[in-house]
Amino acid sequence: MTYPMNESFYSNSPELEPTRAGFGRGLKAAGEADDRIVALCADLTESTQMHLFKEAFPKRFVEVGVAEQNLVTVASGMARAGKIPFTSSYAAFSPGRNWEQIRTTASLNNQPVKIIGSHAGVYTGKDGATHQMLEDIALMRVLPNMVVVAPGDSVEAEKATRAIATNGQPSYLRLAREKTPVFSAPESPFELGKAYILREGSSLALLGTGTMTAKLLKVAERLAEHGIDAAVVHVPTIKPLDEQTILNVARQTGRVVTAEEAQIAGGFGGAVAELLGEKLPMPVLRLGMKDRFGESGNPDELFDMFGLSEEKITKQIEEWAQQTHRYHQ
Amino acid sequence: MKLTVSQIEQKANDIREDIITMLEHAGSGHSAGPLGLADIFAALYFSILNIRPEEPEWEGRDVFFLSNGHTVPVQYAAMAEAGFFDKEELMTLRQAGSRLQGHPEREKLPGIESTSGPLGSGLSQAAGYAYSLQHIDNVHNRFVYVMMGDGELNEGNIWEAAMFAGKYKLSQLIAFIDRNNIQIDGATEDVMPLEDLKGKWESFGWHVLEIDGHNIESIIDAASQGRAITNRPTVIIAHTIPGKGVDFMEYDYKWHGMPPNSEQAARALEKLRTLDGKITHEGAGV
Repeated sequence: MTYPMNESFYSNSPELEPTRAGFGRGLKAAGEADDRIVALCADLTESTQMHLFKEAFPKRFVEVGVAEQNLVTVASGMARAGKIPFTSSYAAFSPGRNWEQIRTTASLNNQPVKIIGSHAGVYTGKDGATHQMLEDIALMRVLPNMVVVAPGDSVEAEKATRAIATNGQPSYLRLAREKTPVFSAPESPFELGKAYILREGSSLALLGTGTMTAKLLKVAERLAEHGIDAAVVHVPTIKPLDEQTILNVARQTGRVVTAEEAQIAGGFGGAVAELLGEKLPMPVLRLGMKDRFGESGNPDELFDMFGLSEEKITKQIEEWAQQTHRYHQ
Repeated sequence: MKLTVSQIEQKANDIREDIITMLEHAGSGHSAGPLGLADIFAALYFSILNIRPEEPEWEGRDVFFLSNGHTVPVQYAAMAEAGFFDKEELMTLRQAGSRLQGHPEREKLPGIESTSGPLGSGLSQAAGYAYSLQHIDNVHNRFVYVMMGDGELNEGNIWEAAMFAGKYKLSQLIAFIDRNNIQIDGATEDVMPLEDLKGKWESFGWHVLEIDGHNIESIIDAASQGRAITNRPTVIIAHTIPGKGVDFMEYDYKWHGMPPNSEQAARALEKLRTLDGKITHEGAGV
C-alpha cells in the first residue's frame, strides 16, 4: 500500500506546523473520548499546548508548578486512582530531571503515566544547549514497559497522542518546538510499534524518526539525482521497534542510514544498530548528534552546523555509499 | 477488622516477632525502622484503615502508600497478620521468586498500592490519589494515608509535594512521619537538620500533630483528627524509638540496614515474647 502523503509537501509552500500543536489537539480529543484522561503541567501549559485541554476540561487539569519530580509522581498516584495522566514539560526537565521517578513510579510500577517531552532536539534552536534535549531517546528506551514515540509531524503527533491515551502503558512522546514540514495526511496510517515505508528504493535505506523523516524524504530526491535509489522508512515508534519492517527493508537494500535530532549513542541509531548487529549485520551510518551538545541559533543554521542539513546529509551518504558494499545474503 | 487498643498492642508485638523472624531468615534487610513502626502499622491495619484484606482492590477502600519502602517488612508483617496472605509467606522475604521483594512492588503483591524504595516519592503519589478523589471524582468518604521516614525529608520531591498538597487543601490526605531521629549516616540533626519540623509543615499549609508513635490510642486519635479536618492536609509527626522492643537495637543507628543473626534473633524474640521479662509467654525462650 502506498503511504498517503500531504500534497503540499513537495510544493513550493509546504504546510508547516510544530508537532506540539498536534499533541494539543490530540489531547483534547482524547479527553473528549475518555473522562479518565487528566493533564498535569509544570508551569508550561501554553508552551506545551496543554491549554486546549485545560480550557475544555478545567476540572481535569492540574497545575503542579515548576516541579518535575512532583509532576510525574503525582501523576503516578492519579493513575493508581484510575486516571490516565498526561504530564507535560520540556524534555530537558521531564524526563531530563525526573528520570528516577519515572523509572520507579511509572515504569517499574507499570502505571499508564504519559510523559510528554516538548522542545526536544535541535529544533529548540535559540534557547541553546541546556534546553535542546538530545539524550531523551536513550534515557527512555532503556526502561522496561515504556513505549517511546517520536512523531514525524503534527498530523502524526495528534494520532500518536490518541494512541498512547489508550495503550495502558507508561509512554514517552517526543515533541519539537519549531514548525516542521507536514508530510503525512489525515488518512495516513499510524499504529504504535509500526514503521512505514514512504518511498521504495534499492541501493540503500534511509530510516528516520521524528522530524528527521521529512528531511530524509528530501535527501532521497537529491540522492536520486546522483543515481542513488534510496528507500525512506519512517519509524515513529522507537520502542517497541518494528523489527520486521526494518529487517525486510534492510534485506532488500543491503545498507542502512539512520537519522535523528538526538544523540546517536543509545538513541534511535543505537536501537537500529543493535537490531542489525544481532540479526542482519550490514553497513550502518548513524546520523545525529555525535557526543556533543547543541548551542544557540536558528534551527536551519544549527542543522547545518551539526551536519544534519539536507545538503550535508546527502553529501555524507554519497561518500559513505562509495566506501561501503551492500550486504548480500 | 477493628480491634481494641489492648488487642492492637498484642498485634504490634506479634508484628515485631514476625519482623525479627523474617529478617533473620532473609539474612538481609532493615531492622530498626520496621520495629519502630510496629505500633503504627498495627493501628493502621487493625483500626485506622478501612480495607478488606480478602479484596485488596475494593473500590471503597482507604489507600496506604509506603514512601520509605525499606521499612516494608513491617507492612508485610501487618498485612499477613491482617489476612492479606498466609504468615508462612513472610519467610520468603527477599528470596528469588518471592512476592515479598526487598522493597515493595505493586505488581508483585496485591495490597501494595505502589512500588517504592527510592526515597521521597510517596507523598506526591498519595497527593495525586487524594486530588483525584477530592477534586475530580467528588468522593469524600475515602482517605489516603502515607508513611514517610524522617531522613527521607531531605529529598526535594517531598517538599514539592508538601507545597502541592497545601495549595490544593488535600484534606483527605493524612501523612505520617516516622520521627526516629536516625538515618544511615547518623542522627538526622547531624546529617541534615530537620527542625523546626512542625513549623516547616505548618508554613506549607498543613495541620500538624505530634504524638508518641508507640501509644496506640494516640495514633488512632491523631488519624481520627486528621479525617475530621476539612480544609487542610494533616501530617502526624510520630516520635518513635528505632528498634523499639528489642533493647540492644533501640536508638542504635547501626541497626538501620542490618538484620539480626540467629543468636541475636533468639535474644530479640525472647524479649518480645516475655515483654522484656515482664510476662511469661508460651514459647518464650525458644
